[in-house]
Amino acid sequence: MLKTRIIPCLDVAEGRVVKGVNFVDLVDAGDPVEAAQAYDAAGADELCFLDIKATHENRGTLFDLARRTAEQCFMPLTVGGGVRSPADVRNLLLAGADKVSFNSAAVADPDVIAQSANHFGSQCIVVAIDAKTVAPGKWEIFTHGGRRATGIDAIKFARTVVLKGAGELLLTSMDRDGTRAGFNLPLTRAVSDAVSVPVIASGGVGRLEHLVEGVTQGGASAVLAASIFHFGDFTIQDAKTHMAAAGIPMRMS
Amino acid sequence: MLTALIDYESGNLHSAQKAFERMATEVSNEEVIVTSDPDMLRRADRLVLPGDGAFPACKAALVEKTGLYDALLEAVKIDAKPFLGICVGMQMMASFGHEYQTTKGLDWIAGDIEPIEPTDPSLKVPHMGWNDLVITGTHPVLAGLNNGDHAYFVHSYHFILKDQAHRLAHVDYGVEISAIISSGTRIGMQFHPEKSQSTGLRLISNFLNWRP
Repeated sequence: MLKTRIIPCLDVAEGRVVKGVNFVDLVDAGDPVEAAQAYDAAGADELCFLDIKATHENRGTLFDLARRTAEQCFMPLTVGGGVRSPADVRNLLLAGADKVSFNSAAVADPDVIAQSANHFGSQCIVVAIDAKTVAPGKWEIFTHGGRRATGIDAIKFARTVVLKGAGELLLTSMDRDGTRAGFNLPLTRAVSDAVSVPVIASGGVGRLEHLVEGVTQGGASAVLAASIFHFGDFTIQDAKTHMAAAGIPMRMS
Repeated sequence: MLTALIDYESGNLHSAQKAFERMATEVSNEEVIVTSDPDMLRRADRLVLPGDGAFPACKAALVEKTGLYDALLEAVKIDAKPFLGICVGMQMMASFGHEYQTTKGLDWIAGDIEPIEPTDPSLKVPHMGWNDLVITGTHPVLAGLNNGDHAYFVHSYHFILKDQAHRLAHVDYGVEISAIISSGTRIGMQFHPEKSQSTGLRLISNFLNWRP
C-alpha cells in the first residue's frame, strides 16, 4: 500500500536556509545540505527546497545545492524557485533533483508544463500553486510570494496544469502560511477532488493534528511543513506516529 | 570491474551516479562511470540504464546517440553483461511502450508499458511515494531484502508482463504493479533504488556484487 508522505520544506536564499534549522546539533544551522542529511536520518519521506529569491543571475546556487544534496542524501528531492523552462528542468534533474517545481512561469504560460512533461515525463513536473481565499469557496492564484493577484481561479488553474502534464501539485494556502492555524482544508479538498494527480498540502501547520486533517479532510497525498520541524517542536517520527495512530498508512522505520 | 551508467540525456543521472559510487566504495576494484560512449559500454562489465522521462523521448535518445544503441544491444544481448534498468530504464526492456504513442521498446522482456488505471478513483496517478514490496521470487540481487521493505516509486505507467515468471516483487496500488523483474542477466526496478534510502542502497550493492 502506498504511504502518505511527510515532506519537510527548506526555504533557501542564496544557497542558505532562511531562518535556519535547529532541531538537531547542526554545525551550521543555515547549511541546507546539513539540514537535508538530518532529515534523511530522521526518516523524512521526501525533501523540498524552495529558492525564495531565485533570479536568473543566481540560479547557479540552486543547481549547486541540488548537486551537493544528492551526493549525501539518497532520498527524493524536489527543487523549486525561479524555474522557467525545460532547460531549467533538465539542469536541475542532472544536478540531482528528482522533481522540479514550477510556480510563476506556469501561471504566465501553462504550456511550459506541457513542454517539460513531454520531454521529462509528468512524474517529475510539480506545479506549486499559491492560492488565497477571495470569497467563501473561491480561491485565486497569487504569485510573487502571495503579493501579486492574477485573477485566475485556483481550481480551474489546477485542472489546466494537470491537463498540460503536471504530475503533482504543491498547494499552499497563502491565507494560512505562517499562521500555524492548520491547512486550508476546503481549498485542499476542492483541489484534491478536482485533479487526478497527488496533491501536497502546505501552509499553516502548527500541530500534528493539522497533518492528520490535511489527509483525512483535505484529501492530500502528502503533507508539507517547515517550522514545526525546523525548530524542533516535533520530530518526523512524532508526526508519523501521530498520523499512523489516526489510521493513516505511514512508512515507519 | 567497471559499471557504466548510460547517459541518454534523460533522467536523474547525478543522483544515480552518486548512489552507485557510494556503494562501489564497498566493493574492491569497482569503478562507476557515466557515459554515452559506445566504446565505454563495450569495456564496461555491467550496465545501468537509469530512468526519469517519457518513454518515446527516452527511446529516441537511446537510438539517436551514434553507436550507443548497437553497443547496448551487443553488451547485453551478445555478451550477456549484467544489466539493470531503473524506472523508465526498466520499462525500456518491454516490447512496446504506450506512453503518448506506441513506441517499440528493446523487447528483452515480453510485455507492454501501459498507463496505471486504478479502479479506486481516490488513488492518484502518478503512483508517487513509498510502497511496500511483496517479494515473490528469488534472485541474488534481492539478498537481504525483506517482504514489506519500502521503495520509492514515481511513475504513471507500468510494466504488464506477458509471463509472470519474470516478476520478483510487486506492490499493491489498486492493481498489482511489477516492482522488480528479471530475465537472465537483466534485472529491472520500477522504483528508484538510488532514492530508496537503505533498502535501495542494498539493492545497488547487490547488483554490483552480482556475478551471473
